[in-house]
Amino acid sequence: MFETAEMFKIFQKYRGDAVVVPGRGGRHWIHISTKPNRDVPLGDPAMGGHASFALGLALARPQNKVVVFDSEGDLLMGLGVLATVGEQQPKNFYHFMLDNECYATTGGQPVPNARNVAYDVIARGAGYPRAFAFDNLESFAINIEAILTQPGPVFVAMKVLPEVENKPIGQRKRWQTRTREQVLKDLRQELGITN
Amino acid sequence: MTQSQEGSLSPETVLQEMKKNGVTHVVWLPDSETNWLYLLMKADPSLTLVAVAREGLAFSAAAGISAGGKTPAILVQNTGLMESGDSLRGWALGLNIPVVLIVGYRGWTRHGVTQDTAATYTERFLNAFGINYYLVENNADASRISVAFEEAKKTKKPVAVLVGDEYHGFNR
Repeated sequence: MFETAEMFKIFQKYRGDAVVVPGRGGRHWIHISTKPNRDVPLGDPAMGGHASFALGLALARPQNKVVVFDSEGDLLMGLGVLATVGEQQPKNFYHFMLDNECYATTGGQPVPNARNVAYDVIARGAGYPRAFAFDNLESFAINIEAILTQPGPVFVAMKVLPEVENKPIGQRKRWQTRTREQVLKDLRQELGITN
Repeated sequence: MTQSQEGSLSPETVLQEMKKNGVTHVVWLPDSETNWLYLLMKADPSLTLVAVAREGLAFSAAAGISAGGKTPAILVQNTGLMESGDSLRGWALGLNIPVVLIVGYRGWTRHGVTQDTAATYTERFLNAFGINYYLVENNADASRISVAFEEAKKTKKPVAVLVGDEYHGFNR
C-alpha cells in the first residue's frame, strides 16, 4: 500500500492536458495539480457515481483525455459501470481506482471481501482491454507514463493507505476551495464549451 | 391512421421530439415500453446510446455528458427512477443538470384502481424531489416533451416526462 498524495505527485508529472476527476482523492490532488481549471473536484455528490460521471465527460469530449480517480467503495456500489465502459470503449478514458480496503469516511469499516477482490481482473472481464494493479509506488512510478500513452479504456487498481475519518460529517473541515457550480463553470471555460 | 395508432404514442414521435431538442446521448436501461424506440435510436447515427446496468448510474453519466457540453436524455422505467434517488439528488439536482427524464410509467391507468405500487409512488417520488413532470399518453401529448426540454434548460434542473402508455407506446 502507498500514500495517495505520493501517487498523485508522480501522476502529476505525466498528466499532460488531461481532464482529471479526482474523486475522493481530491483533498490531496487540489494541492498538487498545476492545472486546476482542468480538474473536476466535486467531492462526493452521491456515492458510486464518479466513474460514470467521468465516462459521460469522456463520451462528450472525445478530443480530451479524461482521468478519474475512483475508489473501491464507490465502484462496488455500481460495478455495472465497468460493462458500460466495456461496451462504449472510450479511447480517452483512464479509470484509476484507489483501494484502501475500507469505508474510510465512515470510520474505516471494511468493504465486502476487502482484501481479496481483484478489481483489475473484473475490469478486464467486463471489457477493458488493459487493466493493471499496483500495491507499491515504485512499480506504479515505473509504469505510469506507458499506461497513459496507451489508448483507453484503461483500468488501474491501486492499493492505498486508508485515511480514516471519524468526525461527524458536519464537523469535518471542507477541503474544496470552489463550489461545484464554479468547478463546472471553470472547466467549461477552459475547454471552450459555450452551450 | 387507425384509431389505435391515434390513441398511442409512437416511438417515431418520441425520437423526433428528442432530436428536435438537440439530444446527443440517450442514457438508458430498457423497460417494457422501449423496444421499438431502442431500434429506432440505434439506427440513428446522430444519437449515442449509453446503456447502464442500474438506473442510478444514468444520472451521474448524464451529469458528465452535460458537463462536457452535450445534451443527454435519460430513459428509464419508474421502478428504476425510484431506485436512483440518491444519484438524482447528488448528481442531477446537486450539479444543476438540465436533463429530461423519459420515464415509463409502469402501472399507470386512467381508469379504475391503480394496482401496481410502482405507479402508486411515482408522482409522490417526483414531488418529494421537487421535480416537475408531464404526462404523455399519446401522440397528441407529444408537444409536452418539448415543453419538458425547454423547462429543463431554463431551470437547469431535471424535468420528467411520464409515458403513460405501457404496452403500446414504444411497442407496436
